[in-house]
Amino acid sequence: MKPEDTLSFAFRSLRGYPLRTGLMLLAMAIGVASVVLLTGLGEGARRYVTREFTSLGTHLLIVLPGRSETTGGPPPLLGQTPRDLTLEDALALLRSSAVGRVAPVMVGSAPVAREGLTRETLILGSTAEMAAVRGLSMAQGRFLPPGDISRAEALCVLGHKLKTEIYGNASPLGRFVRIGERRFRVIGVLAPKGQSLGVDISDVAIIPVASAAALFNRASLFRILVQARNRDAISRAKQAVLDIIRERHDGEDDVTVITQDAMLATFDRIFTTLTLAVAGIAAISLAVAGILIMNVMLIAVSQRTGEIGLLKALGAPGGQILRLFLSESAMLSLVGALLGLLLAGGGLRLAGHLFPNFPIAAPLWAPLAAVGVAVSAGLIFGVLPARRAARLDPVAALSRR
Amino acid sequence: MIRLEKVERVFQVGEETVYALRQVDLTVEPGEYVSIMGPSGSGKSTLLNILGLLDRPDRGIYRLEGVDTTELNDSRQADVRRHKIGFIFQFFHLIPRLTAAENVELPLTLAGVEARQRKERVAEALARLGLADRARHRPDQLSGGQRQRVAIARATIMKPAIILADEPTGNLDRASGNEVIESIEGLNREGMTVVMVTHDPDLGQRTHRQVRMLDGRIEDDRGGGS
Repeated sequence: MKPEDTLSFAFRSLRGYPLRTGLMLLAMAIGVASVVLLTGLGEGARRYVTREFTSLGTHLLIVLPGRSETTGGPPPLLGQTPRDLTLEDALALLRSSAVGRVAPVMVGSAPVAREGLTRETLILGSTAEMAAVRGLSMAQGRFLPPGDISRAEALCVLGHKLKTEIYGNASPLGRFVRIGERRFRVIGVLAPKGQSLGVDISDVAIIPVASAAALFNRASLFRILVQARNRDAISRAKQAVLDIIRERHDGEDDVTVITQDAMLATFDRIFTTLTLAVAGIAAISLAVAGILIMNVMLIAVSQRTGEIGLLKALGAPGGQILRLFLSESAMLSLVGALLGLLLAGGGLRLAGHLFPNFPIAAPLWAPLAAVGVAVSAGLIFGVLPARRAARLDPVAALSRR
Repeated sequence: MIRLEKVERVFQVGEETVYALRQVDLTVEPGEYVSIMGPSGSGKSTLLNILGLLDRPDRGIYRLEGVDTTELNDSRQADVRRHKIGFIFQFFHLIPRLTAAENVELPLTLAGVEARQRKERVAEALARLGLADRARHRPDQLSGGQRQRVAIARATIMKPAIILADEPTGNLDRASGNEVIESIEGLNREGMTVVMVTHDPDLGQRTHRQVRMLDGRIEDDRGGGS
C-alpha cells in the first residue's frame, strides 16, 4: 500500500466517525493550547519583571545600611546596630575608578502644600546624579542642578502625579510649594514612568539631599545608588564599595550591596523555572489527551474488527494494519495540535489586547515543544491499539457481523 | 492447484478438545467448481479458512500451486491472499463508510496499484457485474444482492486463481441469490477455481463436484474429475 493511500484511508476512517474524531481533536487542542498559553503567561511575567528592573537604571548597585547575613556569635544584646550611611560615605565611593556616578538617597514623608491644597507625600532627598543613575527623564523643566551637595538649596522636582494633584494642568515651573515648614521653588516635573517595583515614582517630590537632611533633621541615608562605569565594572564596583565602607566604618562589614544584575538574574531564573513548571503541569493535559486517544482507538479497534478481518483477508499484512491505525492516531494528534496552536494564538492576542502593559508572549520553544509532545503522545498511545488491531485473528474478526 | 495432505485442526474449547478437521486429504484442480456441504460444526468453514490462509493447520501440509503455505510467514501469506485468493462472505463485509467503487478498489490499493489504473479496473469490474450506476452508492444504499455483487467485484478485481465463497447466498432472498450464483458461475466459466461452502442442497446440486463433510472428515466426494 502506498503511503499516500495509507494516509487517505486513515483520513477517511476518521471522517467516518465525526463526533469521536471531533472530541479527540478538542482534547488535543485544549492540551496544546494550555501549554502554549501558560508558558506565554510565565514568559510574560518574566519579561514584565525584567523590564521593571531594567527601568530602575543600568549598571546599578544599591548600598543598604546593615548586613543581611547572620554572622554568628552572641545575639546583639549590647545594641550592635549598624552604623549609619552618611553623605561622606557616599562621596567617598567616588574614589573607586569602577564607580561612575553616586546618588545618595534620603527618604522621608512630609506634607506638600500649595494654597490650601495639601498632600502627604514621599520626599526623596538626592543629588543631580540621581536622574542619570535611575534613568529619570523630565516632562517639564530640569532636574536638580549639579553643585555642592552640602548646600541646602530650596529647589524641588515633582513627580508627574503629584504635579497633577496640586497644580492640575497649569505649569508649576517657578512656583513655590511648601514642604513641611519650608518653601521650595519648583524647577521641573518628572516624565510619567508609572510603577517601578511598587514604588510610585510619579507621586514623590525630589529635593537636594542637604535640604532633606535639614527637613527631617537627620544625617543618615536611606541608601546609596551607585552606577558602575560599565557592565564589566559591576563586580569591581561592588568590591570597591565594600572595601571603602569597611575602611570608613572601622573595619566593620556593615552594609549590604545589591547589584541589579544579580537581582535580574535571580528573578530571571525564578521565572524561567516557574514557566517550565507551569508548562510541565500543562503537559500533563497532553498526556491525558494521549490516553484519551488510546482509549478511543481501542474502542475503534473493537468496533472495527470486521473491517480489520476483511483487510487481512484481502491480503493486508499485520504491519500494514499497524501503519493504518498509527496514521489515524498521528493525524488526530497533529491536527489537534495545530488547532490548539490556533486557539493559543487567539488567546495570546486577546490577552495582549486586554492587558496591553503585560508583555504576554509564548517563547518560540513552547509551541514547538507542545506540538512535539502532542504528536509523540498520539504515536506512543496509538501503538497499543494499533498492535491489537494488527494481531487480531482474522477468522474470529470475520465471524462477527 | 490445491492439495491438502492429512490436515488437522484442533480447537480447545474450555476443557474440551474439538477436532474441527481430522486427517483431511483434498485435491482441487484448476477450473473446478466445488461445493462443500455438511451440518453445522462439521468443519467446512474451518476447511475454507485454511484454504484461504486465514487459519493455519495444526498438522499436515497445504500446498497451493506447489508451494507449501504452512512454511510461509505472516506477510508472505498476506501476499498469497492478496494475489491468488478472492473471498466472498455471507455478510458481505463491505466497509460502510466507503462507496461501492472504493470497496472494490481496496485490494488494488492494498497491492499498491497506481490510482489511475485502479479507477479503470474498478469501473470495468463494476460494469461487468451490472453495477456501473451504483459505483458512488454506499453499502447502506444498496440491496443485499447488489452488496454481494460488489463483494464479488472486490474478490475478483485482483484476478485471483481461486474464489472462496462462504454461504454467499445465505443472507439473500432467492431471486438475488440466483443472480449472485450466476455471477459466480460466470467466473468459473472464465477459468477461476471456485470453492463454495453452503447449507443449501439445491445450490450444492449445481456445482460440478460436491464434497460432504461430517465431524471433521470428508464423508463423500462426488463429481470430481480425479
